[in-house]
Amino acid sequence: MKTFFAFVTKEFKHIFRDKRTLIILFGMPVVLVILFGFAITMEINNASIAVLDLSHDSYSQKLQNKISASGYFNIEDALMSYSDIEKAFGTGKIKLAVVIEDDFGKKLINRNNPSIQIVTDASDPNTANILSGYLMAIIQNFNREQGIVPATLPEIHTRMLYNPENKSVFMFVPGVMTIILMLVSAMMTSITIAREKELGTMEILLVSPLRPVVITLGKVIPYLFLSLINAITILLLGLFVFEMPMNGSYLLLLSEVFLFVLSSLIIGLLISTVADSQQTAMLSSMMGLMLPSILLSGFIFPVSSMPVILQYISHIIPAKWFIIIIKSIMLKGAGLESIGFETGILVTITLVLGILTVKKFKIRLE
Amino acid sequence: MRRILYIVQKEFKQILRNKVMKPILIVMPIVQLAILSYTADFTVKNIRIFIQDRDQSALSQKLINKISNSDNFIFSGVSPVYSDGFDMMQKNNIDVMVSIPEHFSRDFISGNKTSLFIAADAINSTKASISINYLQNIIAIFEEEQAAQKGMAGGNAGINIIKRDWYNPTLDYKFFMVPGIMVLLITMISLFLSGMNIVREKELGTIEQLNVTPIKKYQFIIGKLLPFLIIGIFEFTLGLAVALLWFKVPMLGSIGLLYLFTFVYLILILGIGMFISTITDTQQQALFLSYFLSVIFILMSGLFTPIESMPVWAQKLTLLNPIMYYVDVIRLVMLKGSSFGSISLNFTIITLSAVVVNALAILNYRKTA
Repeated sequence: MKTFFAFVTKEFKHIFRDKRTLIILFGMPVVLVILFGFAITMEINNASIAVLDLSHDSYSQKLQNKISASGYFNIEDALMSYSDIEKAFGTGKIKLAVVIEDDFGKKLINRNNPSIQIVTDASDPNTANILSGYLMAIIQNFNREQGIVPATLPEIHTRMLYNPENKSVFMFVPGVMTIILMLVSAMMTSITIAREKELGTMEILLVSPLRPVVITLGKVIPYLFLSLINAITILLLGLFVFEMPMNGSYLLLLSEVFLFVLSSLIIGLLISTVADSQQTAMLSSMMGLMLPSILLSGFIFPVSSMPVILQYISHIIPAKWFIIIIKSIMLKGAGLESIGFETGILVTITLVLGILTVKKFKIRLE
Repeated sequence: MRRILYIVQKEFKQILRNKVMKPILIVMPIVQLAILSYTADFTVKNIRIFIQDRDQSALSQKLINKISNSDNFIFSGVSPVYSDGFDMMQKNNIDVMVSIPEHFSRDFISGNKTSLFIAADAINSTKASISINYLQNIIAIFEEEQAAQKGMAGGNAGINIIKRDWYNPTLDYKFFMVPGIMVLLITMISLFLSGMNIVREKELGTIEQLNVTPIKKYQFIIGKLLPFLIIGIFEFTLGLAVALLWFKVPMLGSIGLLYLFTFVYLILILGIGMFISTITDTQQQALFLSYFLSVIFILMSGLFTPIESMPVWAQKLTLLNPIMYYVDVIRLVMLKGSSFGSISLNFTIITLSAVVVNALAILNYRKTA
């Protein structure tokens, strides 16, 4: 036990001696969470569009007013002819063009099905879809207001549960938190062992009376401690800067954070058993973890829309389960009984990786 | 010149000697590009839906059938009790819930006012908005069909909306994402390789051996840059092959133009890496710094989320982001066939930054330890 403490002390000394790394370690998550919490959103406001009004009557004018009053669109250009549309798209200034056909008002009054054409710049399919969705809703509303569709049809009322204002911050803050925690924890451990190998000090550790398990634990504990501090900072930012609600139990949340950080640290250890230089360790943890965690965790893209094989792969990404867990606890106020399944999976992943790491840990250098 | 070649030769030997490095450089980017491009899709499918049917009439059954037959929804349960649905939502088993009120059928037929309620799990705000959008469309079509059957006026008197999607008529997200992910992989590999390079020599002490040789500062930096430049161009070619042959991304512009831009862009990224290398003492510091930069560059490049939706201050920040310019250019050239004229501004900015950053790296590298 005494040797173990000595080892942990050595690790802490290594970490605290390197002031620059410390600043980056604690400063980076704060900067990233603040930056992304504010900057990453999917809502689109004030998109620039162009209108080609071939009708020029009071109805087409009313429709245009309605479009610009919605707040989603900025009518940038009034076009004169069809060929202008292509030019306007070519400069990349506008995202969408609306064409109002000849005699729009007359046809509308006579119930003659007037047409409106929406042309999108679909080289960005996401923006194209969202914008045309907004626009169609505006036109349908306009339709109803003009009394064309009978008012007796059922109305549709919608309610946004758990997030009444439909803020995308609730979606992204937990995601950013997860990604940063995972990468910092996994990278830190993978590098620390690779570093001992590269500098040749690993040999000294291996010939010492410390058992491999003790070396591993001694490496993990200081970083577990640092990561927990990081996690708490990020949580506080989420609560106070982004005003995330906290409906569940703090104890449960912290235990889940602990579990997740532990699993990330073990992934880092596993990488370090294979890598023999810091560069390799770093590249594998970056390339192997960063993109898959961002893309397969459901942080930005919905997992349920991916090809089935990728949905299966996403099941082994710890970040995916952790994102579900924090959202459930913070926003839905879920207790352990609602997230037992997800927690179980995280525990299993951690255990399997842990066993794998201990097995792979080599006590000899090549 | 010969001195530079020796450094280049030494670097290549060091890189190719490393057994773990080769697969990271060659296999990983291809696998990631091939697999991850399938994940980057915003289309919302397989929305799990619960219907609370308090009416239990033939009409409400018709509506339920209509919803569950649509491609986007997975029907996950029906019951007259609200809390059945709410419990499922609490446990993450459904995404949306529709409530059909009592006397829905009676009121609808007699023309009295009636309402439908939709409740969505809005934690994922995008998914919630899109699901509600889909549902409203289905319900609108359903209403019109039923109204037409009843012979109510105005069944189809609305405005006709015709939608045209230019440049990508099938709305294939892969055309948009594959070039973007390619950029990302090339950037990350070049930034990390160059960022950790000089500092590694510092940490292992071999930098002193290099410092006592007669090599000049600029020769040293160029010698270090060249191998990574070649690797970067190689990675770009691999990525381009996957994009064109596997994903069939259209290539409307000139390939030569893309290579030219990639060349300048790589010099800029490698320069940033070299600069990081000169201001840090250990690989760990260099690594964290490059990681910090690359996460910011990636998430603020307009690659995954539109720049237009960022707040104004964040939009201004993206002007400092090289990935933003490169993503922009590669999408313009491949998907819209833009010529040099349309991308000249981006080209100038990247070229100037490349010159400045590399000059800084050379100035900052001290031969005396």
